[in-house]
Amino acid sequence: MSEPVVNLVLIEDDKEIRRFLHSALGASGFQVWPAETAERGLIEAATRQPELIILDLGLPDRDGLDVIRDLRAWTPIPILILSARGEEAQKVAALDAGADDYLTKPFGVPELLARLRALLRRVVRIEDGGKALVEFGDLHIDLVHRTVTRAGQAVHLTPIEYRMLTVLLTHAGRVLTHRQLLKEVWGPSHVDRIHYLRVFMAGLRRKLEDEPARPQHLLTVSGVGYRLEI
Amino acid sequence: MIPVTGLMFPAIAALDPTRPDPDALLAKLAADEVRAARGKLKIFFGASPGVGKTYAMLVAAGQMRAQGVDVVVGVVETHGRSETAALLRGLEMLPPREIAYKGHLLKEFDLDAALARQPGLLLMDELAHSNAAGSRHPKRWQDVEELLAAGIDIYTTVNVQHLETLNDVVSGITGIKVRETLPDRVFDLADEVVLVDLPPDELLQRLKEGKVFLPQQAERAIQNFFRKGNLLALRELSLRRTADRVDEEVVAYRRDQSVAAVWPTQNSLLVCIGPEPGGEKLVRNGARLAAQFDVPWHVIYVETPELLRLPEARRTRLLRIHKLAAELGAKTAILPGEDAARVALTYAREHNLGKIVLGRRSVGWRAYRFPWQRRFSTRLGALAPDIDLILVELGGAAREETAQAVKTPFANPIGKAGGRTGWRQYGLALAAVIAVTLFATPLHDILELANIVMLFLLAVLFAAFKLGRGPALLASFLSVAAFDFFFVSPRLTFAVHDAQYLVTFAVMLAVALTIAHLTASLGFQARVAASRERRMRALYEMARELSSALVLEQIDEIGDRFVSSTFGVHAHLLLPDAQGKLPVNLARGEVFDLGIAQWALDHGQAAGCGTDTLPASPVLYVPLKATMRVRGVMAIAPRQEGGLLNPEQQRLLDTFAALIGIALERVHYIAVAQEALVSMESERLRNGLLSSISHDLRTPLTALVGLIDAMMLIEPKLPPPHQELATAIRDQALRTNAQVNKLLDMARLQDGKVILRREWQPLEDAVGAALQACTTLLEGHTVRIDLPGDLPELELDAVLMERVFSNLLENAAKYTPRGSVIEIAARVTGADIEVSVCDNGPGLPPGREQVIFEKFARGQEESPIVGVGLGLAIVRAIVVAHGGRVWARNRAGDRHPQVGACFLFTLPRGQPPAIKELA
Repeated sequence: MSEPVVNLVLIEDDKEIRRFLHSALGASGFQVWPAETAERGLIEAATRQPELIILDLGLPDRDGLDVIRDLRAWTPIPILILSARGEEAQKVAALDAGADDYLTKPFGVPELLARLRALLRRVVRIEDGGKALVEFGDLHIDLVHRTVTRAGQAVHLTPIEYRMLTVLLTHAGRVLTHRQLLKEVWGPSHVDRIHYLRVFMAGLRRKLEDEPARPQHLLTVSGVGYRLEI
Repeated sequence: MIPVTGLMFPAIAALDPTRPDPDALLAKLAADEVRAARGKLKIFFGASPGVGKTYAMLVAAGQMRAQGVDVVVGVVETHGRSETAALLRGLEMLPPREIAYKGHLLKEFDLDAALARQPGLLLMDELAHSNAAGSRHPKRWQDVEELLAAGIDIYTTVNVQHLETLNDVVSGITGIKVRETLPDRVFDLADEVVLVDLPPDELLQRLKEGKVFLPQQAERAIQNFFRKGNLLALRELSLRRTADRVDEEVVAYRRDQSVAAVWPTQNSLLVCIGPEPGGEKLVRNGARLAAQFDVPWHVIYVETPELLRLPEARRTRLLRIHKLAAELGAKTAILPGEDAARVALTYAREHNLGKIVLGRRSVGWRAYRFPWQRRFSTRLGALAPDIDLILVELGGAAREETAQAVKTPFANPIGKAGGRTGWRQYGLALAAVIAVTLFATPLHDILELANIVMLFLLAVLFAAFKLGRGPALLASFLSVAAFDFFFVSPRLTFAVHDAQYLVTFAVMLAVALTIAHLTASLGFQARVAASRERRMRALYEMARELSSALVLEQIDEIGDRFVSSTFGVHAHLLLPDAQGKLPVNLARGEVFDLGIAQWALDHGQAAGCGTDTLPASPVLYVPLKATMRVRGVMAIAPRQEGGLLNPEQQRLLDTFAALIGIALERVHYIAVAQEALVSMESERLRNGLLSSISHDLRTPLTALVGLIDAMMLIEPKLPPPHQELATAIRDQALRTNAQVNKLLDMARLQDGKVILRREWQPLEDAVGAALQACTTLLEGHTVRIDLPGDLPELELDAVLMERVFSNLLENAAKYTPRGSVIEIAARVTGADIEVSVCDNGPGLPPGREQVIFEKFARGQEESPIVGVGLGLAIVRAIVVAHGGRVWARNRAGDRHPQVGACFLFTLPRGQPPAIKELA
C-alpha cells in the first residue's frame, strides 16, 4: 500500500452493514474502529485519534444530531453521515450541526470511497495552506488574482458569484446546505433567503457550465443544498 | 423627593399639543373601514312637504344613471304629480310586495327583492315611513340600514318634523304630533345631506296652484299646518339642523387634519330620568345637547325600592323612554340602588361624565312639595359641587301620552311588583280587628285601656306582616274606630268625654300606620331580595350544569329547563350547520320561522316578538353569542303577543343566551380538539409505520449491496463469471430498493395530505438533480433539454419535483430501446408553465393515455419490463399537489413524422418575489 493507513471510526448499529464496511474499507487502506452504539463510538473517537468518522443517524441509544454536536464540541474531524432516503430535513439538520457530508442508504462502496477521499482531500488542502490555482474541467481559477477563465476565455463574475464560487471551492466535493452557503456568502443575517441563492447559482451555472440544466460541477442536492464536484 | 412619574404624562402631552387623540383616530379608522364596505346614504332634506325633495332626488338619480350607475327605484311617491312622474320614466321599478293584513292587501317595499337585485343605487322615498305590519322591520330606516350594510347606495328624503329630537319642538310649533320619527343617529350618519329649500311664500304659492298633494280627509289639519308662521319656523329649524351637520363635518375634518389642539373629554352628558312624566322630553333635550357639544351621552334610571312598586304601566313607559334613548344614540342603564343621587354620582364618576341633565318642574301641582322633600338636584349639587347640572323644565311638556298597559310577554322573574291583595286579605284584616274586639271586651274591666290599645296594634302588625299594605291600613283605621266605639266611654258611641283620648287616637293611628308601612315595605323588599337570590341561584346552577355538559343535547335540555322554570315558556336551540345555515328539518313539530332565525344568526341581533325586527312574529329569536361568533339561535314562544321585555327579563335572558352560547362554543372546541387529536395520532402512527418499514427494508438491502461490493474488493478477486453473478445480485437489490422507494412515496402522497415545502426556484434545478440521479439508468439514451432562458421561477417542492422528473425519465428509459432520444422542454402558456418529457420510442398503447396514471397500471398488462406501475401515479399526485395537471399523448400527428410518447404537465406560475443584488 502506497497510502498511509487512515484511522476511521465507524458508528453503526446494524451488524451486516458494519461487517461489509469493515472489510471493504479495510481492503482500501483504512483502519476501521467499529462501534455499535453512540456511547461506544464517542469513546472510540476520543481514543483512536481518527481522521474520519462515519456515523449512522439512526442509532438506538442516542440521537445522531446529539452525537454530532458532542463531537463538534472538541474536534473538527470530518464526519460522514449515513441516512435513509426521504429525510431531507434530518440531513440538513445534521449538516448544519457540523457533519461534512452524507450518503443515502443503500449506497455502493465505490461511492462511499469517493466521498471519503473528497473529505480527506480537504484535510490535505488545509495542511498546504490553500492553493492559489484551481483547475477542473475547462475552468481555471486563480485565487490570488481573482480571475476565472473558461477554455481560455476570461469569465466575468459579479462579486457575489465569485464569493459563492470560492466558498464552494473550499468545500469542494462536500455538500453545503443552503443555510451554510448563505451564511458564508451573504452573512448570518441572510440565512433565510434561499431564493437569492437559487438565482445566483443559476447565474453562476450559465457562466461556468456547458449545459446549465445538466451541470457537471455545480450540482444541486435537492432539498439540501449544493455540491461542487471537481 | 418629588415623584417624577406623576409629572411625566402631562409633560409629554404638552410637547406636541397638536397631536390628535390616538383613540379618536382609531375610532375613525374603524368607522372608515365599516363605511368602505357599506353603501352610501344621501338624504334630501326639507322643511315641509311640498318643497320638492322627491323631485330633487329623482333629478340627482337621473344624473347618476347617465354616468352609468345601476339605478333602481325602491319606493317613490309621485303624489300624482306629472313632473315627478316624468322623471320616473325609464327607471327600473322594484315591484312592491303585497301583504295581506286584516283583510286588506297592503303594498309594501320588498326588502328581500332589493337585496337580491343588488342595485348600485336604490331610491327610497320617505325614510321615516312606518312599514306595514308583517314586514321584517317596523320602520323603513331599518330596511335602509340593512340595504346599506349590504353595500347598496341609497338616496332618500326626510322632512324636518320627522327627526326624533325635533319632534317636541315641531309639535310645539305646529300643534301636530308626528308619529313617524327617524332617529337622529341615522340622519347624522348619512354620508351626505342635501337641503332642499323653498321660501315659504313660494311654497304657499305652489299650494294655491294645487301643485302640492293634499289628502282630502285631513285637509283642515293640513291647512293649519301650512300657515306661514309654521313654515318659517320649520324652515329655520331645517336650516339650523343642516348647519349643525355641516358644523360636525367641519369638526370631523379638523380632527382628520389635526387642526385643533384641545379635545374635550370631561363634557360627556349624563341624563337622569325619573318616574315623573316628561321623560321623553328630557331624553330628546339630552340628545340635542349632546349633539351640540359633540360628546357621548348616557341615560340612566335609578330603580329605588319605592320605584319598584310603581304600577306596571309606568314601568313600561320607563322602558319605552329607555328604548327611545338607545335609539337616539345614548348608552342606557337601569341601576338598582337605595339613594338615587349617590348611585347617579357614582355612575357619572365611573364614566367620567362632567355634566348631569335633570328634569325640573316649576309650574303645575307637581311643583309643590313638602319642605323636607329636598329636590334631587339640590342633593346632587350638595354631594358633588364639581359637576355641572343642567335643568330642563318639564312643567310645560306636552300632555303625557297615555301609556297603554302592556303586559310583558313572559312571566316576570321577580314576581308581581306588589303583593297579591284581594278581598280575602281585607276580610282577614277585618276579622283580626273583630277578634281583638271580642277578646278584649270581657277583659275591659281587668285591663287598662292603654293595654287594649296594644292588643289592637298587635292586630295591625299581623295584618301588615301577613296581608299586605292595604289590609294593614284598613286594620289601622278599624282599630282606632273599634277602640273608640267599644272601649272609650261613653261606650258604643263614637263620642268622647275625655278630650285627652283624642291624643290617644292620634298616636294610635300614627303608630298603626307607621307599623303598617314599615312592615309591608320590609315584606316587599324581602320578596324582591328573595327573588333576586332565586334568580342568581338559577344562573349559578345553569352555569354549573352547562359547564359540565358535554354534548349538544344536554345543552338544549339545560337551556330549555332553566328558561321554562324562570320565564314559564319553552326554549328551543336552533344550531347552524358547518356552512352557517340553520337546518331545515325541525324535530318536535316546531313552528319556527327559519328565515327570521337565520337573520338573527347572521346579524347577531335578537329578532321577532318584542324586538325591532319582525316584531309581528309570535316567536322571539335570541342569538347565542360566544367569544368567537354566534353559535346558534334560541327560539322562545312567549305566552302573549307583543310587548317589551322589562330590563330584568332582558338582562336575564341575555345572560342565559350568553351562557348557552359559551357552552356551545366550548362543546364545539372539544369536538375540534378531539378531531385534531385523532388525526394527529393517526398521522403519527402512519409516519412511524412508514419509517420503520423503510428502515427494516433498506437496512438489509444496504447490507446486501455493500457485502457484494466488499466481496469484489477483497483479495483474492472473484473469477469473472462470479463477478458477473455478483453484479447481477447487486442490480436486483438496487432495483428492489427503487420499488420500495416508490411504494413509500406513494403511501406518503396517497391520502392527499402532502405537505409541500415550496420554494421559488428555477425549473432547471430540478431537471439537473433528476438527470444526475438517473445517470446510470439513462446510459445509452440521449437526453436533450430545451428550457427557455427566460423561464420564470416557480414555487416548487424541490425534492418532490426531482421525483417527478426522475420518474418520467425512468419511465422513458424503461420503455424505449437503447439509443432513443428523450427531450425535456418547457414553455409558458398563460398562467401556467407547460413541461413535456417526450421520447421517440414505440409510444403509448392507444386508449390507455389516462389509465397509465392510475396506481399499479402499466402500458401493457403483461410486459417483460420490470416495475409495479407506481411511477406515473406518483408524478400525478405530486403535480396535482402543486396545483397543476398531467396528461400523456402519442406524438403521432405532430408536424414531424415522429412517433413516441409525450408526458406533459402544467405548473402554476404565481408571482416570484423580486430580487435585488445584495453586494
